[in-house]
Amino acid sequence: MEPVLNTQNTQESVAIDRILENHCQQAGALLPILHAIQDAFGHIPDSAVARIAGALNQSCAEIHGVISFYQHFRSEPAARHTVHVCQAEACQARGGRELTAHAERVLGCKLHEHSPDRAFGLEAVHCLGLCASGPAIQLDDRQHARVDPARLDQLLHQAREA
Amino acid sequence: MPIRIFVPLDSAARAVGADETAAAIQQEAARRGEPVELVRNGSRGMFWLEPLVEVQTGAARIAYGPVGAGDVASLFDAGFLHGGAHELAQGPTEELPYLRDQQRLTFARVGVIAPLSLAEYQAQHGYAGLRRALTLPPEAIVDEVSAAGLRGRGGAAFPTGIKWRTVAQAEADQKYILCNADEGDSGTFSDRMVMEGDPFMLLEGMTIAAIAVGATRGYIYVRSEYPQALAILREAATLAARAGLLGDDILGSGRSFHLEVRQAAGSYVCGEETAMMESLEGKRGIVRAKPPLPALSGLYGKPSVVNNVISLASVPRILANGATAYAAHGSGRSRGTLPIQLGGNIRRGGLVERAFGVTLRELLYDYGGGSASGRPIRAVQVGGPLGAYLTEAQFDLPLDYEAFAAADAVLGHGGVVVFDDTVDMLQQARHAMAFCAAESCGKCTPCRIGSTRGVELIDQLRAGEATAAPRLRELCAIMRKASMCAMGGMTPYPVLSALDHFPEDFATGACPAVAQGEAR
Repeated sequence: MEPVLNTQNTQESVAIDRILENHCQQAGALLPILHAIQDAFGHIPDSAVARIAGALNQSCAEIHGVISFYQHFRSEPAARHTVHVCQAEACQARGGRELTAHAERVLGCKLHEHSPDRAFGLEAVHCLGLCASGPAIQLDDRQHARVDPARLDQLLHQAREA
Repeated sequence: MPIRIFVPLDSAARAVGADETAAAIQQEAARRGEPVELVRNGSRGMFWLEPLVEVQTGAARIAYGPVGAGDVASLFDAGFLHGGAHELAQGPTEELPYLRDQQRLTFARVGVIAPLSLAEYQAQHGYAGLRRALTLPPEAIVDEVSAAGLRGRGGAAFPTGIKWRTVAQAEADQKYILCNADEGDSGTFSDRMVMEGDPFMLLEGMTIAAIAVGATRGYIYVRSEYPQALAILREAATLAARAGLLGDDILGSGRSFHLEVRQAAGSYVCGEETAMMESLEGKRGIVRAKPPLPALSGLYGKPSVVNNVISLASVPRILANGATAYAAHGSGRSRGTLPIQLGGNIRRGGLVERAFGVTLRELLYDYGGGSASGRPIRAVQVGGPLGAYLTEAQFDLPLDYEAFAAADAVLGHGGVVVFDDTVDMLQQARHAMAFCAAESCGKCTPCRIGSTRGVELIDQLRAGEATAAPRLRELCAIMRKASMCAMGGMTPYPVLSALDHFPEDFATGACPAVAQGEAR
């Protein structure tokens, strides 16, 4: 284990230990643990991988394999805001591709990248279940439907101001 | 008595401003000194009218929609608390043709009750099925589900009764009920509507399944893109446990069923049952070889029932009202009702629950009102991203598992996605292959490598290489026959149907713009 260097690391490791303790009796605990860590830190820090592996008696490679398999989990901190634009067929039929192109233009980045100022990360999502009201996006924790380019601009502006 | 006003909490209503509308109604009511009781219900599934506000006036609920926060003051001015006329007034909700002309069995309560009110759920026949099941021998419960003719609504249409019987007859110290709520198919949202709008129905169906097969533990595996469904189910499970409807000694019967709601993590292939079990065990979602069947060797190698949300949600009613009443609906070997989801480029998109046998044409034009853009409907994809694209000539197909199979198509989970005449079918075929390449678990070669080769072949077709067409067909034949699961095995459906029904889009020089901007 790496030596603890400062208070932030101490707090982080205490929080991770608490999460591991909460889930140690649970069958198939790895996904719940990863969700709890990502909910707490916004991503799964590298320092957590060895601790999880130790708690579950698995190898670091196995833990890393699970983290990298699932799109939801991230190993790097996210941008300040995250925009998920639906790429699925029902939204395509309502201009989802054009909305994606517009988002890439106004944010100055491609899907799976972040804007140069790191204010927004742009991600793809394959269906939010809002298929009768497309195109749909999720901006941080909120979902929005019937989003045209003007509405997207408005939402991005509100997020930037907030 | 305060007047009851309903504003849906369904994600599709909230995504178009239902929270703001609800807040505006409460503020305006307070300002005017009008006593109102605001209820957050599920959605009625008429999404072009969301946010759909309903007012209880005597026996009827009067609908107004779509109501934005800015419309609220004028609604109060028009006396909407007493059903007053207004340009957004739609009349009594139950009399709207879209809703009136449905056969809502599974969706009877969705949009009607407050989802987390156990009292309202029970007042509307909730837990009647479980109470009856507890009086029956377990075999009789399985017989009832078999006699109803219920088949898996997740897409595979396997008879639920046979699955349950296999698990019931297996000898094991532990059995599981697994609800597959990883509704990843684009164009589908019926599972989400049930989980958000009538969660106790799903819990009741799982509890009945547990008693029928002798399982004491269960999981609901909910996709991470459905955060509200997850939260509502967790709350419902807590409330049910507190009321003695989950946990040990259910309703004093001596039977136990412990339920855990699990959050998935954004992998489409985890909707495949064996990949889902791997994920529940804390592993990567890699598909397992079958046999052994999950019914005999499932989660942790124990006998497991794996059913979709709608399959399990159909069970309480079957037990409460009897198999005969349920099987009276439907056509051929497709019994009961199917909650159909109309999405994409459609004027009136939403949830239409009808007995099997309704035609696509009725759905698209009578319910849907044609395309949203006003342009002709050119293609319809039925059954999710792995479903076939159908053309106008096939719109009279009845929605029936066998009729669709005979037309080289699949009903799947009942999603219907509409495209107008601006669609580029080569681009849609490419998307299907690109999606498979992105979501393949990687275990079998036809899916893992075939999907990438498929994207390349379609790009060659676009570039004018006609020889790519026979190679694409050959590749599809291999993927279809040699893939381990539906991911690679069904990706050829959208690809080949696009190629067969819309050959003009694949002709040399059909579209100068090279498809780009696809996700990965």
